[in-house]
Amino acid sequence: MHGLINRAVQSFVCATYGQSCWLRVTEAAELGFVEFEAMLVYDDDMTVRVLDALCADLSRPRAEILEDLGTYLVSHPNMEDLRRLLRFGGVTYVEFLHSLDDLSDRVRLAVSDLSLPALELREIAPTEYQLFCHPGLPGYSSVMVGVLRAMADDYGALAMLSHDGQEGEAEVISIVLVESAFAEGRHFDLGARKT
Amino acid sequence: MGTGDLAALLETLCPMFVLVDENGRILRVGPTLQKLRPDQPMAGKDFLEVFELVRPRTVTTLSALMALAGAKLHLKLHDTPRTALKGLIAPLPQGKGAVINLSFGISILDAVRDYALTSADFSGTDLAIELLYLVEAKSAAMEASRSLNLRLQGAMLAAEEKAFTDMLTGLKNRRAMDVLLGHLVSGNSPFALMHLDLDFFKSVNDQYGHAAGDYVLQQAARIMVEETRSDDTVARVGGDEFVIIFKSLSDEAVLSTIAARLIDRLRKPMVFENNPCRISASIGTALSTQFKPPKAAEILNAADLALYEAKRKGRSRHCLYSVLVGQR
Repeated sequence: MHGLINRAVQSFVCATYGQSCWLRVTEAAELGFVEFEAMLVYDDDMTVRVLDALCADLSRPRAEILEDLGTYLVSHPNMEDLRRLLRFGGVTYVEFLHSLDDLSDRVRLAVSDLSLPALELREIAPTEYQLFCHPGLPGYSSVMVGVLRAMADDYGALAMLSHDGQEGEAEVISIVLVESAFAEGRHFDLGARKT
Repeated sequence: MGTGDLAALLETLCPMFVLVDENGRILRVGPTLQKLRPDQPMAGKDFLEVFELVRPRTVTTLSALMALAGAKLHLKLHDTPRTALKGLIAPLPQGKGAVINLSFGISILDAVRDYALTSADFSGTDLAIELLYLVEAKSAAMEASRSLNLRLQGAMLAAEEKAFTDMLTGLKNRRAMDVLLGHLVSGNSPFALMHLDLDFFKSVNDQYGHAAGDYVLQQAARIMVEETRSDDTVARVGGDEFVIIFKSLSDEAVLSTIAARLIDRLRKPMVFENNPCRISASIGTALSTQFKPPKAAEILNAADLALYEAKRKGRSRHCLYSVLVGQR
């Protein structure tokens, strides 16, 4: 598993549950170290052990934790860079949803050895969509539910998200747009620079 | 098609167009281009009054500009911020003026910031947004790589340091000594080399155990460091064997004094867990200047021969290689 994914989990756990929780998890998972490097690649098994240890430590189901991870990736100040990259997807939430088809290609453009499963948006009605998460990364659809929910907030859209079961090998997320301009949304300045 | 229709079409397709009449006067500009100078309407001004042609330089009239149809133009705004622009001119039929389409090129990063541009300011087919995305994504990835590189570099330096250090005594090890000797010999710098062997070390080990032996080695190392200058090198090259390299020192009298002091201090009993551990030291010394050209192996061998002679004469002694070979 790519270090960026492991690093995302580490960052989420430390920011949400504290450093001590992360240390317990790395010990229980028998990693032999406590810091993932973002730009190295690790055995898939390590990620599985970390998530198992985290579920046990928090006594919470994995899907729920992964959804929180998705929300964290968009909404936490630590992750501002990532939020910005996602906002490049479109000017509105609907445009953003349509840009998800290109997400794995966009990711590969930035980090060539990070391959994320393909996503496919299907429009059922102008306010109703289904996102097909193709296989390749267990739990990806749970993370995406969190990401989509947080991005709706970011754009100021009001959307209802739910898991819609499985179709073939793909996991389906249903997205119902209640109002596309529900709130102000967060500011996105195209030319913002880090200071 | 009238000017109005043409302008409407251009606004959709290329929001940074300039429509000029046959005299070079600006008739209409695209909304994004006007956004660069929100308080100064461009329409009505001369094209070459608003924009300066950077390349090709020689062009100062509109008719010369018209002749450049299809060629890439490099332009700048006349007043600050002097944003660089790329352009392409297409004359209208029957000499009725021209359309000049502009874009930012590489200046786009500054432009989006300077003019607070948004996605809506670029046409849907423009790769500007993708470029901005890529710049940010690559910068973030590069940042992560750079921090990894820094940590790896730190780890490498630590590993190198470890690879050249004798962990028990903190002295340099044999590998470090070989590297240093190589440098000194190839750099033709004069130096003296002492080969020091602890006498009776094995019996300390046998009598009081390895902990006592380790303690004695550490104390001996400390004494050798204390009795030498900071840019001399003390290396532990074997169990109870040490090499001291004195840079730019060829005075045998000075070396003999240092050797005598070392022998004197090393034969004082070292107390470990109430046990007096007694050792002494034998030393052989050779000079790089005794060999022409100096070779590391030869100098080491010479010091070794002198050391052997010191041992043969009854230990706790110092022997100079020059004395051994009767060079004096």
